[in-house]
Amino acid sequence: MTDQAYNFAYLDEQTKRMIRRAILKGVAVPGYQVPFASREMPMPYGWGTGGVQVTAACLTPDDTLKVIDQGADDTTNAVSIRKFFQRTAGVAVTESTTDATIIQTRHRIPETPMTAGQILVYQVPIPEPLRFLEPRETETRKMHELEEYGLMHVKLYEDIARHGQIATAYAYPVKVEGRYVMDPSPIPKFDNPKLSDSPAIQLFGAGREQRIYALPPFTKVVSLDFDDHPFIASKAPHDCDLCGAGDSYLDEVITDDQGSRMYVCSDTDFCAGRRDAGHVGRLGVAQTEGQTQGMLI
Amino acid sequence: MTTPLLSVTGLTKRYGPRIGCADVSFDLYPGEVLGIVGESGSGKSTLLSCLAGHQTTDLGQITYDGRNVLAMSETDRRRLGRTDWAYVHQNPRDGLRMGVSAGGNVGERLMAIGARHYGQIRDSATNWLGRVEIAADRIDDRPTAFSGGMQQRLQIARNLVTAPRLVFMDEPTGGLDVSVQARLLDLLRGLVRDLGLSVIIVTHDLAVVRLLAHRLMVMKSGRVVEQGLTDQVLDDPQHAYTQLLVSSVLAA
Ligand SMILES: Nc1ncnc2c1ncn2[C@@H]1O[C@H](COP(=O)(O)OP(=O)(O)OP(=O)(O)O)[C@@H](O)[C@H]1O
Ligand SMILES: [Mg+2]
Ligand SMILES: [Zn+2]
Repeated sequence: MTDQAYNFAYLDEQTKRMIRRAILKGVAVPGYQVPFASREMPMPYGWGTGGVQVTAACLTPDDTLKVIDQGADDTTNAVSIRKFFQRTAGVAVTESTTDATIIQTRHRIPETPMTAGQILVYQVPIPEPLRFLEPRETETRKMHELEEYGLMHVKLYEDIARHGQIATAYAYPVKVEGRYVMDPSPIPKFDNPKLSDSPAIQLFGAGREQRIYALPPFTKVVSLDFDDHPFIASKAPHDCDLCGAGDSYLDEVITDDQGSRMYVCSDTDFCAGRRDAGHVGRLGVAQTEGQTQGMLI
Repeated sequence: MTTPLLSVTGLTKRYGPRIGCADVSFDLYPGEVLGIVGESGSGKSTLLSCLAGHQTTDLGQITYDGRNVLAMSETDRRRLGRTDWAYVHQNPRDGLRMGVSAGGNVGERLMAIGARHYGQIRDSATNWLGRVEIAADRIDDRPTAFSGGMQQRLQIARNLVTAPRLVFMDEPTGGLDVSVQARLLDLLRGLVRDLGLSVIIVTHDLAVVRLLAHRLMVMKSGRVVEQGLTDQVLDDPQHAYTQLLVSSVLAA
């Protein structure tokens, strides 16, 4: 049921138009950070107000929305945002990556490949990849304008000098279509290859920092690296203990006071889908009717 | 007759009604070191930063290696600034990244022009730290852990790693202890000679000029009052102001 005190998807039409113009500009210039007048949203900044505004500007009554936080549909953050749009837009919601037309995400890209027509909206805390070494906004703008990206490699150099390898595991910087260097938001670097050549539209919203950027479908996205320290999309060297997947990003879960641990897909929809299809991991049991968790412990 | 590497004509820079520098003209030949002296506020830093493109120039012409510098796009000029040119600031904090290791500081210019092999970048950095007498085992330390003299030597290494042809230096020995200054000067002199650098060096210190500069330009109130071969200007100053300067009344 839609709350009639609000316009569809909470934001007024003029604000949505303003945000859509920023999105269109972002789509036209892949990887370029477009400033926009971020609005106050009825939730704290850390909750992805940038992503929420982008989602609000993209939603239509026919859309089916999925919201994930670190791959899970059932965390407080994901549940709140989903409820927010159910109430303010009355749209259908789903936990299925395949069924969704718009997916708002915090820190993950779904394992199930995205398809043409889908929109993936990322929540972004810090949009500026050069911020770490150059705090001056005027200077970072100039660096983007003139394609002066040596500093990005200084960051990776420092990583190797300190840790013996590129230790950056999240928000790993990428170059878009050979032009703009972009922060892909704090997704694990395991997800970086999925940024490239995706049939879906990928939109990035930073609320506090008032920036929107975008990757139109089939954009080439390359993770920065050194010739002798090439980019590796690493993950924990395990299979999912529930569904047995060997190619999905895993969360480590401590299971008892003795420090026993298990590895499970961070993408809950992907894991459940595999178990429904009969896949079983080290600690999983075959899925029977009515069971949803399939765990021994 | 060789052609000048840098040719400056009528360079003028105003700050509102105040003159920064006015009608400065000179030629700098390949491998030549030009010293600029003059009292505080005489326009030395203004001239240097206009030449390096760190601020805009109001009037005049700058030709570098046959190219009209003031007509260049900002992209081209900044590219020149990190390849062919180098700029050593008086305060190393202005020329270093204090949050980045010594190796990263030296490697930055290499990475800026496309170096993508970590091992090679590190080898160059190690080599350059050696050339400025910083021990190889300090490569992963940040400049904040270095003394003032070490920071200044690191700044020099960071600038020279890409083998620039023209180096601007604004009081590179200022703010250092006398003994540290002497060591830095020796080092600079060796590097300039070995690398065949062309240098424009601003200083208060006539000893620095005597040791490093082939030619000397004396500035007062934004204008060049005298220029010529260093020894000639210092031993036989023509302008009254230079005579005062040399007689060390103003030297301090
Ligand atoms: N950013 C500025 N804004 C306004 N006036 C300035 C600025 N920078 C310099 N000036 C003025 O321009 C003149 C030349 O200054 P400049 O700093 O070039 O002198 P300098 O020879 O380098 O002096 P010093 O030996 O003290 O470093 C001075 O009158 C100074 O006050
Ligand atoms: Mg000065
Ligand atoms: Zn799984």
